[in-house]
Amino acid sequence: MNLDLTPFILSFKLAFLTTLILFFVALPLAWWLSQTRSKTKPFFEALTALPIVLPPSVLGFYLLVALSPTSPLGAWLSSVLGVKLVFTFEGLVVASCFYSLPFMVQPLQNGFESLNRHMIEASYLAGKSRVQTLWHVALPNIKPALITALIITFAHTVGEFGVVLMVGGSIPGETKVASVAIYEMVEVMAYKEAHLYAAILLLLSFVVLLAVYLFNQRQKHKAGIL
Amino acid sequence: MITFTLKKELQGAEGILSLNVKQHVNYGDFVVIMGESGAGKSTLLRMLAGLEEGEGEIKVGDDYWQQGKKQLPVQQREVGFVFQDYALFDNMSVKENLLFVNPDIPRADALLEMMEIRGLSERSVQRLSGGQKQRVALARALMRDSKLLLMDEPLSSLDPRMRHKLAIQIKALHQRFGLTTLMVSHDVAEAKRLANRLWFVEEGKLNEYPLSYLDTLEYQ
Repeated sequence: MNLDLTPFILSFKLAFLTTLILFFVALPLAWWLSQTRSKTKPFFEALTALPIVLPPSVLGFYLLVALSPTSPLGAWLSSVLGVKLVFTFEGLVVASCFYSLPFMVQPLQNGFESLNRHMIEASYLAGKSRVQTLWHVALPNIKPALITALIITFAHTVGEFGVVLMVGGSIPGETKVASVAIYEMVEVMAYKEAHLYAAILLLLSFVVLLAVYLFNQRQKHKAGIL
Repeated sequence: MITFTLKKELQGAEGILSLNVKQHVNYGDFVVIMGESGAGKSTLLRMLAGLEEGEGEIKVGDDYWQQGKKQLPVQQREVGFVFQDYALFDNMSVKENLLFVNPDIPRADALLEMMEIRGLSERSVQRLSGGQKQRVALARALMRDSKLLLMDEPLSSLDPRMRHKLAIQIKALHQRFGLTTLMVSHDVAEAKRLANRLWFVEEGKLNEYPLSYLDTLEYQ
């Protein structure tokens, strides 16, 4: 049996790009959510958390509608930027960024909120701006939360199914990621191949989670909490 | 001279308390601020530093730090601040904590020397004792040419021996730099050792008492 690694490579490429983009998008958002006293905070928190509770097919459907060439946004992207986001790998990256947003934002926000507020204020008193404080003080002091956010976002994107199927379909080498490949194997009753693919994903997911928990335990030991 | 008139509504244990304070500080003064817990002592320091908003006016020399709704951002106020819980940057070493404020290496070395912690320069601040941490915090607060040093119960979480030692070091630093200082404290002996002026926050007002008033407190 020949093991076609293309779906796995696509999955990991998608997860890597999603994690990278989301880090820079979620960082200022999580920082703002952790520091603001604005009455609009719950609104943005609820909006950010939506992908956790929404059925992936609902999110996928709306993204499909929004990005299709017949929608105003899709038409603009296509005519002005020459970008087509439905049934393409680029479209999968955009969809994944929406789908995995809370998995990056929430650990970062929790990490920032657990910091000693006086430490942040000491940085402002030292004349440092919000951006300098975020980069030099806040972020280095939430390492476990940062690692959790990066790894869980990566792993969650690898495991995506509903949204990628809706927005990307199943084009070999373009949008057919590992989870979609397993679904198709089961459809054609290729159980042996499905087992193999599923086992690889299962093992990888476990290893990733184990790495997160081991890292966090080590950090707590270092800080003298355990 | 530093003058201020500040107002703020505080949520106290017994309902809303209206803090309404007016005072002046001469350059080089060492003012100890006393009063009951929750009276608004820390809030006063935080408003002066720009960490909390309040109504009123703060004038430092010819500059206004606050005038009506116009507030100078905390970053531009040139204030040194020492917190009760040290608030050191945990991801940095002792020396990095100082250099983050101002990359002046000779100044950092001199301050660490004065605080008798130069030997700990490269150590992570997470591995220091409470007394060592507070000495780093003090040195860090002096890294900039501040117009005002604010200390919010800097010694209250230390053991008596360390409190005594640090109070002596604070006195020496004040004599050397002549920095205008406001310090919140509950400790009468500490106030007697350090203060040249004494304020009490009472029922939302800031009242000045002669230093001799401390003698009466000592025997209560």
